[in-house]
Amino acid sequence: MSRNGSLATAFHLLFVTFMLAPLAIVCAVAFTPEGYLSLPTNGFSLRWFRQILAYPEFLRAFWASLWLAALSSTIAIALSVPAALAIARYRFPGREALTALFLSPLMVPHVVLGIAFLRFFTQVGLAGTFTGLVLSHVIVVIPFALRLVLAASYGIDARIEHAAVSLGASPMTVFRRVTIPLILPGVVSGWMLAFINSFDEVTMTVFVASPATVTLPVRMFLYIQDNIDPLIASVSACLIALTAVMLLVLDRIFGLDRLFVGAGKG
Amino acid sequence: MSERPKAAPYLLAGPTALVFLGLVLIPLAMTVLLSFYDWGQYKGIVPEWTLKNWREMVADDYFASVFLRTFRIAILVTLACVAIGVPEAYILNRLSPGWRSVSLLAILGPLLVSVVARTLGWALLFGSTGVVNQGLMKLGLIAAPLPFMFTETGVIVTLTHVLAPFMVLAVWAALQRLDPQVENAAGSLGASAFTTWRRVILPQIVPGVLSGSVIVFALAASAFASPAIIGGRRLKVAATLAYDEFLNTLNWPLGAAVATLLLVALVAIIVGSNRLIERRYAQVFE
Amino acid sequence: MPYIALERLTKRYGDHLAVDALDLAVEKGEFISLLGPSGCGKTTTLQMIAGFVEPTGGRVMLDGVDLGAMKPNRRGLGIVFQSYALFPHMTAAENVAFGLEMRDVPRAEREKRVAETLALVGLSGFADRYPKRMSGGQQQRVALARALVIKPAILLLDEPLSNLDAKLREEMQIELRSIQRISGATTILVTHDQAEAMALSDRIVLMNKGRVEQIARPDEAYARPASAFVANFLGKTNLLNGAIESTPQGPVLVVGGLRLPAPAGAGSGPQSVAVRPERIAFASGTAGVSGRVTMRVFQGLHWLLQVDSEAGPLTLVRPNDGSPVPAEGETVALTFSTQDFALLPAGDAP
Repeated sequence: MSRNGSLATAFHLLFVTFMLAPLAIVCAVAFTPEGYLSLPTNGFSLRWFRQILAYPEFLRAFWASLWLAALSSTIAIALSVPAALAIARYRFPGREALTALFLSPLMVPHVVLGIAFLRFFTQVGLAGTFTGLVLSHVIVVIPFALRLVLAASYGIDARIEHAAVSLGASPMTVFRRVTIPLILPGVVSGWMLAFINSFDEVTMTVFVASPATVTLPVRMFLYIQDNIDPLIASVSACLIALTAVMLLVLDRIFGLDRLFVGAGKG
Repeated sequence: MSERPKAAPYLLAGPTALVFLGLVLIPLAMTVLLSFYDWGQYKGIVPEWTLKNWREMVADDYFASVFLRTFRIAILVTLACVAIGVPEAYILNRLSPGWRSVSLLAILGPLLVSVVARTLGWALLFGSTGVVNQGLMKLGLIAAPLPFMFTETGVIVTLTHVLAPFMVLAVWAALQRLDPQVENAAGSLGASAFTTWRRVILPQIVPGVLSGSVIVFALAASAFASPAIIGGRRLKVAATLAYDEFLNTLNWPLGAAVATLLLVALVAIIVGSNRLIERRYAQVFE
Repeated sequence: MPYIALERLTKRYGDHLAVDALDLAVEKGEFISLLGPSGCGKTTTLQMIAGFVEPTGGRVMLDGVDLGAMKPNRRGLGIVFQSYALFPHMTAAENVAFGLEMRDVPRAEREKRVAETLALVGLSGFADRYPKRMSGGQQQRVALARALVIKPAILLLDEPLSNLDAKLREEMQIELRSIQRISGATTILVTHDQAEAMALSDRIVLMNKGRVEQIARPDEAYARPASAFVANFLGKTNLLNGAIESTPQGPVLVVGGLRLPAPAGAGSGPQSVAVRPERIAFASGTAGVSGRVTMRVFQGLHWLLQVDSEAGPLTLVRPNDGSPVPAEGETVALTFSTQDFALLPAGDAP
């Protein structure tokens, strides 16, 4: 039962419309049979989706983004788990400073990070390489991974691990058999959030990517700068559809509110 | 806390700390240094100390106008997000669980969609060849397309759409910490619904509103893709200005100076307002 | 040689002495309770025995071996935690089997021992349940089974019953005692619940502010508390103002109008006299502690009376056996016998 009045309900509907309208219009325009931007009034057509195949750079960029997101979120998780355990378990000098440092990429504008990485990679010979791209994405997504793993690590009752120790488990066994299973939900959702953020990142990547390593959002951004047409709408529609599927999976597994309340920026 | 060797936390966090030292602190320091380097059209970057870039930014009104526009947009976006995000969070919190999770999908889902695709949506809606303008003109309601592309209004509307979910999240988190009984308590003492909202609910969620505002402001002031697409080449903000200096003009030291200024200004604002929020509300909330 | 010996065991956190030179000897098979209010150092003591907290001084000896150098996972102790600390991602049987796996017990024997132990705690039908789907009492039994199955050298119980409701707690006390008898495990229980400590243990270690106040059998500590703290912590007690007088016949305790022979060597001068409410009776004559009944409460099994007496305010309990009970405002004379009081150092008021 909703406890909202009719005015509140109307506001709510308007707000939801506001949030969804731009995405809906992208998907609608993608189905136009016309050669220019218009809503599909004379029937739906898949011609602009077929057209994507004629532009291999979109497909190439898609695979590059997929690889990049998978690699960087995996590395980010590998770095986040021990860091989160250190922060959650121990009180040590420098703990607050380290936490702030690890979360700092949320506060530093991505355009600044992009410039810093471009300058740095140029100096050390990583400019335009896929390695450089992965490294920069690891930094940008670590805060997302760290926050969720951290929340999971704080949630562990230390006595559960003490119980395992008292039963004769070695530190490695405790970690493998008890700690990891307990923080697993945080690790998995942290990885997914990191993956999505890496996949969507455009501002910093514009600086770091080269024509050979360009990602899908960057490819789309550069395309839009020149030209807005039904083709880019159909590419975006594919992206929206993909995200929607992931969203439903995430919601089913973890609950969207938990994912975001533990992970909202700031 | 368990008692294990003192080295353990450093061994665990050490690798990540080294990565951040090498890939965050050093590159940022290099960028700040770069802003003090010389540059010429033909000689490129010259590693000689100079205040030239900083002097240029102070002397040329163009930079001041860009930064002013950046912060004006950020403030207006923040206000718009407060205006629509706070009531929405409150309404969301009062929905039945089933409707709430569906609504959450609709409101938070767009956060996961690439900002490029979301901005494209606004361009498609309100562009001069966009659906709304075409429709209105076909109906004869307007003679010329409504100005949206290349206007500050367009950038503000788009960024409000992009960032409003963060405000909803921040306020919603604050609402969830509320004891659901306080509303009934206020009612039982004779307060009207509006009075309850103003005297009981609002004061308790102000910290959430403020922290949401800091997030929205920071992200709006450093936004890049939306202002670049909607604002186009003429309507520059700090982030797109730095981009131009770096990748079009190739004046890296000047671009680095713009980036440094943006970073310093934002960090100062965020740290300052967080301090303020903490000092003001520390007694009431833990 | 005692089975477990704590020798001058000390834990200091900065300026705070959590445990102050604790000495304790436990015999094999004994059930010992560490009893005291929160912050008395009982949990810290348990954690030092378990090895989760390192002592600042002193040592823990088990069967003549110093445990100090031994890592917690080599000590072979069974621990039941207050929160049970069950592995939430394992079933009841997997929880119980964990310790045996760590000891590389072959699968067949492991399964047999897990089944036996689950039967011992009355959970035979629940082997494949996850902790989340069990009640508090059932989780508690799984935790107990998990600790017992490894045949621990010591069974450490950290407030194991405090999360259960009152009725279940009483049932589990009886069950815990019988399981301990069957398994013969030397047991150390940490609790703040005096009724639990008295019901379960062979001996009670009463702790206050990091120090031992008394180590004694429950009935002994109850009848003869060594300090006002013990007298007050173990059930209700009255502290009356009295004095010892030396007479040719030996020392005599004087409390108001009541004169009783006092134990030899009981010093002289003013004394704090501890008397349990149920040991105070109405005197037949007037030779007793006189006072006025200020309140009378009926509690079913007995009457509770508050009396403002010449030796100080006191509470007494009379069985509801049909004998007349004075009304509020009546003047009464009270008496108790020589074996029913304990003398505490004067001024040792709580």
